[in-house]
Amino acid sequence: MLAFVAQRALTAIPTLLIVTVMVFGIQRSLPGDPAVILAGEERDPQVIAFIRAKYRLDEPIPVQYVAWLGQLARGDLGVSMRTGEPVSSLILTKLPVTVQLAVLSILVAVAVAIPAGAIAATRKNTGWDVAGTVVALSGLSIPNFWLGIMLILLVSVQLGWLPASGFVPFLEDPLENLRRMIMPAFVLGTGLAAVLMRQMRSSMLEVLSQDFVRTATAKGASGWTTVVRHAMRNALIPVVTILGLQLGTLLSGAVLTEQVFTIPGFGKLIVDAVFNRDYAVVQGVVLFTATSYIAINLAVDVLYAVLDPRISGSRA
Amino acid sequence: MKRPLFRLLLGTALIALLGSAAAQTVRVGLAEDPDVLDPDLGRTYVGRIVFASLCDKLFEITPDLEIFPQLASGYDVADDGLSVTIDVRPGVVFHDGTPLDAEAVKYNLERSKTLPGSNRSSELAQVESIDVVDDDTVRLNLSEPFAPLIALLADRSGMMISPAAAEELGEDFGRSPVCAGPFEFVERVAQDRIALERFDGYWDADAIAIDEVVFLPIPDTSVRLANLQAGDLQVIERAAPTDLGIIRDDPDLTLPSAASLGYQGITVNVANPEPRDDPMATDPRVREAFELAIDREVINDVVFGGEFIVGNQAVPPSSPWYVDAYPIAERDVERARELLREAGHDRVAFEMMVANNPQSVQIGEVVQALAAEAGFDVTVRATEFATALDLWEQGEYDTFQVGWSGRLDPDGNIHSFQTCDGNLNEHGVCDEETSRLLNEARVTSGFDDRYALYEAAAERYLPNRHVIYLYHQQLFFPHTAAMQGFEAYPDGIIRFQGVTLD
Repeated sequence: MLAFVAQRALTAIPTLLIVTVMVFGIQRSLPGDPAVILAGEERDPQVIAFIRAKYRLDEPIPVQYVAWLGQLARGDLGVSMRTGEPVSSLILTKLPVTVQLAVLSILVAVAVAIPAGAIAATRKNTGWDVAGTVVALSGLSIPNFWLGIMLILLVSVQLGWLPASGFVPFLEDPLENLRRMIMPAFVLGTGLAAVLMRQMRSSMLEVLSQDFVRTATAKGASGWTTVVRHAMRNALIPVVTILGLQLGTLLSGAVLTEQVFTIPGFGKLIVDAVFNRDYAVVQGVVLFTATSYIAINLAVDVLYAVLDPRISGSRA
Repeated sequence: MKRPLFRLLLGTALIALLGSAAAQTVRVGLAEDPDVLDPDLGRTYVGRIVFASLCDKLFEITPDLEIFPQLASGYDVADDGLSVTIDVRPGVVFHDGTPLDAEAVKYNLERSKTLPGSNRSSELAQVESIDVVDDDTVRLNLSEPFAPLIALLADRSGMMISPAAAEELGEDFGRSPVCAGPFEFVERVAQDRIALERFDGYWDADAIAIDEVVFLPIPDTSVRLANLQAGDLQVIERAAPTDLGIIRDDPDLTLPSAASLGYQGITVNVANPEPRDDPMATDPRVREAFELAIDREVINDVVFGGEFIVGNQAVPPSSPWYVDAYPIAERDVERARELLREAGHDRVAFEMMVANNPQSVQIGEVVQALAAEAGFDVTVRATEFATALDLWEQGEYDTFQVGWSGRLDPDGNIHSFQTCDGNLNEHGVCDEETSRLLNEARVTSGFDDRYALYEAAAERYLPNRHVIYLYHQQLFFPHTAAMQGFEAYPDGIIRFQGVTLD
């Protein structure tokens, strides 16, 4: 098993190297000279030259790349060219914000989609089903940023119920944190809910038509018990799979939602960094994301191997 | 015995609660996140807004643009203009308790000149050396007389930072700045907030009534306004002209404004990197025809609801530095066509680069429609701003709609753009006589003499029209009615002296 894990970990290294080459290459092929942008409105030639020299932008790209790798090897992600803040601390402060947003969005999505999908399936072709489909379709088609701005105008400006935007850390003030996260989580959650609801409805329909459900009904179980205890549990399996697949989409959807609600999360960090051509931040964030994906995949592989020894055995 | 104690505790708790509730906080919505908070390294406009609460300057301006001493208490320019003696306000301390004396001023000006990457070093290029005359007096020795100097010391070049903190923090100073302004630095969360609290040792403490200032970058103008309307913010900068109706209709909001020191215009690439051979670049008659083809009032009405100020020079018509001999030309399509024919063209086609935001694209489209009637085929190229800057520098553009945020002294709006080796001469124009006149205006003192030089220079560069000035922004600072005593300044900086919250 250990050999298997080691082998899988080793194969991650070339993948990561390819990621570093790609993020480095793509970023430097973008038009827009970071030194000119950073130098600001006045763009004093001396200042531009200083910035180029300080961040080694005047050196050939392969030299810059190797220097960056060397820095990475020492565990240093560099500092933001714009504010001088270490990239690692930027990532560490932004990541929990986006994770919290993602978790809340999933909660919203699940709370809406599972009952709605189940109801639509059990009352197939009734008004309930049609209404559910319409809601799901609207959730899919309404852009997040539009829904976000509309909600701000209605809930915050007109009704004054919730703050319009901004973020307060949970540990600092849990209630205020939630008050500020409800709307963005709702916006992000509705898009996800639509997908989940459709999945829930179809898998529920499938389960309801299976023999064991008929048997349960025949044995005298009430309609409600059949649906909740027997059918729903089975129907949830594909839904959970979809939920997992949607996680990536959720994080990218967070980019726009974070912009609208000015939530200082991961998405906003990378968008602003790209616009400012803050190379160090973009590189750090992309590398961090790639590493996380690889680590998660590795963990899943290992988990499979634990569950089914044939997987590791066949490779050894 | 128990009850009175309980009451006492309850009372104390209530007072504590009320006390904290009464802490007056002003939350400011900024259009962007500032860059590094070091006055010598700072490069953004929003950074200047934060600095105004954090760092006092040797000189300050009134809303009418008059300069008066702030951390200085007076100054004197030598008769030959080659030295400036500045009296330092006695008894001022920085946020860390370091006294602000002549030595500290010397340290600051030398740091501005020599710190690697300092954006201020070119502003202070004429300052050759600084002498400490006594504890409260410094003398700046200049290589040549330099009229804009005091105006520059009323901006970031004149901001004083604590020498002790600067030495101790080194490169990290910009992450926890220590100055001598009304508020001291508490914390910064990138892209989220910059929090300041009142500095008890502030030399002008009576002018400051609020306890805390929090700056929040909110790039979207509608979201920024929504936050103000929802009461989450007390003041925002750069409200969109299209939102002014909503703001004026809202009884809870107040809308002060000031005419900006800057300008917006269309820059024509004449010779960057090489002299170009398209009609717009080679023939001033074609550029004149183009100017006559557009109507500044129409642009202002269509894009900005008529809220901005049309103009045809680097300073607004209301400025004392405006050259009256060149008033704004009326639109004249016939004359424009005639000029084009004289220049030997039936139609002239060129590309106009604009930033890819809705307003700039709209300007492009209005210009395109107006100019088409006179025989110009303008292609509007909306370009992401960082890319546009790059193309501008490289000279890969025909014309570019771009502006300048403006400086107090007219030199700051003209010199870098119109002199042959000006930093921001990205259009490649060069007229030795214009350069000579503008250089002389820098070393000349007295309004009348300087005005004559700017007028003579304008007579040379304005008819050339390699920059076609279009309009000047009106700066709007909507704030809650509960906030009182706020004044809008033409430099776009938010100041809290005299501001109270109900």
